Amino acid sequence: MDRRENLKVLLSGTVATGFLLSTGCGPDETKISENLIKGYGRTPDEILLDQKLNSELFFSENEKKMVTILANLIIPKDEKSGSATDAGVPDFIEFMMKDYPKFQVPMRGGLMWLDNLSKKTFDKPFSDIPSEHHVELIDKIAWPDTATPEMQYGVKFFNLIRNLTCTGFFTTKIGFDDLGYVGNRPNQWDGVPTDVLEKYGLSYDQNTLDVCLKIEDQQKIAQWDDKGNLI
Amino acid sequence: MGFQIKEQDKKYDVCIVGSGAGGGMAAKILAEAGLSVAVLEAGGDFDPAKEEYRTQLRYPWESPRRGANTQRAFGDFDAAWGGWEIDGEPYTRADGTQFDWFRSRMLGGRTNHWGRISLRFGPNDFKRKDQDGLGDNWPIGYDDVKPYYDKVDKLIGVFGSKEGIYNEPDGFFLPPPKPRLHELFVKKGAQKAKVPVIPSRLSILTRKINAERGVCFFCAQCNRACQVYADFSSSTCLVKPAMQKGRVELYTHAMVREVITNDSGLATGVIYIDKKDLKDYRIGAKVVVLAASACETARIMLNSKSKTHPNGLSNSSGVLGRYLHDSTGTDRMAVLPDLIDRPRYNEDGVGGLHVYSPWWLDNKKLDFPRGYHLEYWGGMGMPSYGFGFGMDTMRQYITDQFGKPTPNGGYGASLKNDVRRIYGATVGMSGRGESVPQYDNYCEIDPNTVDKYGIPVLKFHYKWTEYEVKQSKHMHDTFEKILTGMGAIILGNKPGVETQYGLAAPGRIIHEVGTARMGDDAKTSVLNKYAQGHECKNLFVVDGGSFVSQADKNPTWTILALSWRTSEYIIDQLNKQNL
Repeated sequence: MDRRENLKVLLSGTVATGFLLSTGCGPDETKISENLIKGYGRTPDEILLDQKLNSELFFSENEKKMVTILANLIIPKDEKSGSATDAGVPDFIEFMMKDYPKFQVPMRGGLMWLDNLSKKTFDKPFSDIPSEHHVELIDKIAWPDTATPEMQYGVKFFNLIRNLTCTGFFTTKIGFDDLGYVGNRPNQWDGVPTDVLEKYGLSYDQNTLDVCLKIEDQQKIAQWDDKGNLI
Repeated sequence: MGFQIKEQDKKYDVCIVGSGAGGGMAAKILAEAGLSVAVLEAGGDFDPAKEEYRTQLRYPWESPRRGANTQRAFGDFDAAWGGWEIDGEPYTRADGTQFDWFRSRMLGGRTNHWGRISLRFGPNDFKRKDQDGLGDNWPIGYDDVKPYYDKVDKLIGVFGSKEGIYNEPDGFFLPPPKPRLHELFVKKGAQKAKVPVIPSRLSILTRKINAERGVCFFCAQCNRACQVYADFSSSTCLVKPAMQKGRVELYTHAMVREVITNDSGLATGVIYIDKKDLKDYRIGAKVVVLAASACETARIMLNSKSKTHPNGLSNSSGVLGRYLHDSTGTDRMAVLPDLIDRPRYNEDGVGGLHVYSPWWLDNKKLDFPRGYHLEYWGGMGMPSYGFGFGMDTMRQYITDQFGKPTPNGGYGASLKNDVRRIYGATVGMSGRGESVPQYDNYCEIDPNTVDKYGIPVLKFHYKWTEYEVKQSKHMHDTFEKILTGMGAIILGNKPGVETQYGLAAPGRIIHEVGTARMGDDAKTSVLNKYAQGHECKNLFVVDGGSFVSQADKNPTWTILALSWRTSEYIIDQLNKQNL
């Protein structure tokens, strides 16, 4: 079997871990591959791409530390849910750097710029300063409308990492529970709940109610008269 | 590459190239008539009911990129294998012109992920020249196509409401779903702007129509293809049923290079490259039906040069590849402050809009000749990659308990809370309009470039005209009226003349049609009114290539109806031994 055929077999779920363990993958690689076996509707080429991206490392140790600190400042644990790290945001950002290479220069350059600002201000790299100093520095770059002109590089960088952190957090199970998203499951849509309509002073007019689906009819096979009226 | 072309053992009554809407319908109708049919698809097999292909009901975290569109053009879970760019399958553009060509290389083609908006063309749409003097009339009218629209409605299913609007003909509708919350706000805003809003018309089964297909369970993910077949795709509703009941054989990874003709100019079959072994094969057939998509069909015909067809197949008119046109499109987004801090409930609904606005004005009183319809979006959809972006510009619209705006950007618990608060409060709308087909907008064979299968590629020449630019400007004026009327804060700047008022590049709306248009005059058209080659009577085109003009309606329902009509004609002509 060539590699692609292997993957096809893996996709069908018939061989699974036995094959993977026999290829001599390290523990981390095995974990990644197991996730891929679960699959999410990938073509063989896409599986190979995900594997390739997962096997590469973009951030240096220091960069990863900085990203983790910043992500947790942007999305901290609060009374409702956990932090960016709890939701695996740094690993997600690491993946996106490889998946969308145009992020790489602004991210790496932005981190370096911030590290430089830290060294100039506190004589220490960003990862080594205490959290009150982290806050002091990012307050210079986190507010686009009031940041000084010389901080614009930092503002652009912080917009990027804010975007990635927010999206990385709220697209996880933790984030969904936090938001209260209750879809992505079989449902019977029968309109906006009555109490919500009342809150907004809205209602369905009679014509809408007459024309629209009666949920209880869903399983009845539709039939029409000659003029296209449902009977 | 093998020197010798391999003969397939089998010959067929009909060879259909492409398995999208047109090819699928032809396969079904022709197979049901007892004909033997080969369906050639340039991509792989696909069935959303099979676990290995399923993206429906997956969560964003099942994708390492959380559904981002870095690999698939419409995101990781979208059911389109392909996109505007495909490795090894390039196309080119003439300097100073634009065209982006979307291809799905899979069984069912683009019908697996499409928006399911299923609008009939109206009587005016077939006769535009009669109204504004531009372009050409179709050689057929609404009455010719109506019986087929009726049959398509019943076979495939479409929800909608009977409205009695002359140019938006009613059909055999399933009941539409009730509007979502933001769609009720849209109705209010549109009413103030004097724009009608009616239930949308989508080919999604809100009620059961047969034993084979399930009903919609309201996950809003039709673009991921439905595992219970509750929406229309050609693979699930046409090709697979045809294969179960009739003599249909499917060839996947079969990239057709050319139609072969004999000395009298008749088609005898096709040559395709098998993408897996890179060898060429020949399939013989009494009738060849092209359904590869408007541009791919034109490409195959242009590449099918022979002694009897020196200018490409059925192309002594030189019209083949000409009159390529896409729908126009532009969009605007806004924040609806009323919906900040909204109560939570499952608002997924069907895959797409529950309401839309058909064209409502008279072009004779406007400075552009053709109309457009409006599509609306918003609501508490499933967060995916991109959710939570833009707090550096949007946070100002979230006010604190004293009504004071929050500064843009920021971080920390208050930012986290503001992302929660604004969830479900963004809305937007899109205009989708009719363009005027132009002789000078066309695709031809690039004399310098081949794809990885050695097949010469298409080169596109396409520029929008003032007609489309002015229409796009009007769309934006309408967006602002409706959005303001519903109490929304419009985001970003209104696009100006320097961007053609935000008009999307040709090809971006993925409604491209017209490359092998039908007509009564063989000097100005490629096909006759049955989509039969003027110069090759056993060649038919059943994709969007045959369109004379694309209305502001999405083309799929018309492709299906016309393919059915052409298929019946083929059966009739075979019975009469005319082919």
